[in-house]
Amino acid sequence: MSTIAQPVAERSGTDHVRKWAPALVVFGIGLAAWQWLLPVLGVERYLLPPLSDVLQAFWDNRSELLNAGWITFKEAFGGFLLGCSVAFLLALVLARWRPFGNALMPYMIAANAVPIVAFAPITNAWFGTLSPWSKIVIAAVLCFFPVLVNTLRGLTSVRPESLELMRSYAAPQRVVFARLRIPTSLPFVFTALKIASVLAMIGAVVGDYFGGSTEALGVQIVSSVSLAQYETAWAAILVASLIGIAFYATVALAERLVLSWHPSIRAGVE
Amino acid sequence: MSTEAVVSANGISKTFGKGGVTALENIDLEVGSGEFVSLIGPSGCGKSTLLRVIGDLVEPSSGEILVNGKTAHRARLDRDYGIVFQAAVLYDWRTVTKNIALPLELLDWSRARRTARVAEMLDLVELNGFEKHYPWQLSGGMQQRVSIARALSFSPALLLMDEPFGALDEMTRERLNAELLRIWAEIGSTVIFVTHSIAEAVYLSTRVVVMSARPGRITSVIPIDLAQPRTFETREDPRFFELVTQVREALHAGGADAEEPAE
Repeated sequence: MSTIAQPVAERSGTDHVRKWAPALVVFGIGLAAWQWLLPVLGVERYLLPPLSDVLQAFWDNRSELLNAGWITFKEAFGGFLLGCSVAFLLALVLARWRPFGNALMPYMIAANAVPIVAFAPITNAWFGTLSPWSKIVIAAVLCFFPVLVNTLRGLTSVRPESLELMRSYAAPQRVVFARLRIPTSLPFVFTALKIASVLAMIGAVVGDYFGGSTEALGVQIVSSVSLAQYETAWAAILVASLIGIAFYATVALAERLVLSWHPSIRAGVE
Repeated sequence: MSTEAVVSANGISKTFGKGGVTALENIDLEVGSGEFVSLIGPSGCGKSTLLRVIGDLVEPSSGEILVNGKTAHRARLDRDYGIVFQAAVLYDWRTVTKNIALPLELLDWSRARRTARVAEMLDLVELNGFEKHYPWQLSGGMQQRVSIARALSFSPALLLMDEPFGALDEMTRERLNAELLRIWAEIGSTVIFVTHSIAEAVYLSTRVVVMSARPGRITSVIPIDLAQPRTFETREDPRFFELVTQVREALHAGGADAEEPAE
């Protein structure tokens, strides 16, 4: 009975420091180079202003920028929810009725390769430039394909013997999905959701570029650049980046909680 | 042979594909209540296919099969058998307890009844203290014990085992052989056991069914008259060696020593 493997022990504080120290050093060097090396190299301010100026621009415009970030995040999150849930439900249908799935999948995979942001001006025409829906739809369509393709792959990558076991219990399809296929698909689904969280932000910001409420983040970036306020544009990009990272990190955290049983999580590997 | 047949196969044949690899040809087999029957033979002799025909996981091309006096299909719908595969086939996201309770959930047992039965099963396979463990935290032998507990949790009359210990090391295999016999004596189910180990088949069984390959046929049936209950000493009994030799010769007579393609 001594063959039992124990769960990996919690890392101690010093281990954490040791693990993250190199990454933090690189981060610090990067910021320092941005602040002091670029002027020395003669990089023009309109190409990339020094970090301190960007931070100053952020501070001066903080209420507009944070408000803009919130508006664009709502567009991205709405698109994420819409695109991911429709894709997940469709994947269930395609996995349940395989001939249907086989007929549609080549088109789905082909559509996945289409540069969907190219449609952004069109959705403005469909839903109105000022409507958040034109951005939500772009974000949703961007999220849709990776979630569909990955979920379907997850739902169908069940071991044959696991299915035979369900068959030996005379389990109906509903049970096979709830107890076997969906749990098996979750690691694939979360991989797709992490990709989708990034794509949703891209979709919302690029959607803004083609026009939208003047309060939205993408619109502010475009207008700041056109007014040669590069520090403000960079500050807005910084806000967009931080929102994107926080969004991704939240999905990754949810993954760790839901998939605590999964090999990649239990070993502490990313 | 017992008059009360748990499995009764008449003229079972199975051909795979259109052109047709004949996996099974004209199999007649009767297994009585409480028997422990091993199916042994070279790779490709169809022993696993025969087990799956009994479990209605594979449909025979021809012939008739009755399980508990019903069609194999009806018996599957009635959950008349439990099955153990070579891999433990535990669901990674379920703890030991929840893996064992899986068939009970599908049978709509109440939570209290499930909990009580899982506790009995943990006793039976000696896994107390591991209730909350996930499959990856268990050794291969322990995983297979969970799989056996799951197969027996709803007290099926028939236990189908497809090379359950084939992937385990020799020491673990011998220990689990002894445990399986103890469990079999305790619950009194009928067991049909697929193996490619002659010693395992002789040690465990009341009868050994020897099969040959291409096409899969039953070439001989050898009753095992070793005394019950069997112990570690059984493996040193001269009669044990005689029976091992008998099974080995039956296998060779069936062409088991011919060159085998990988399965």
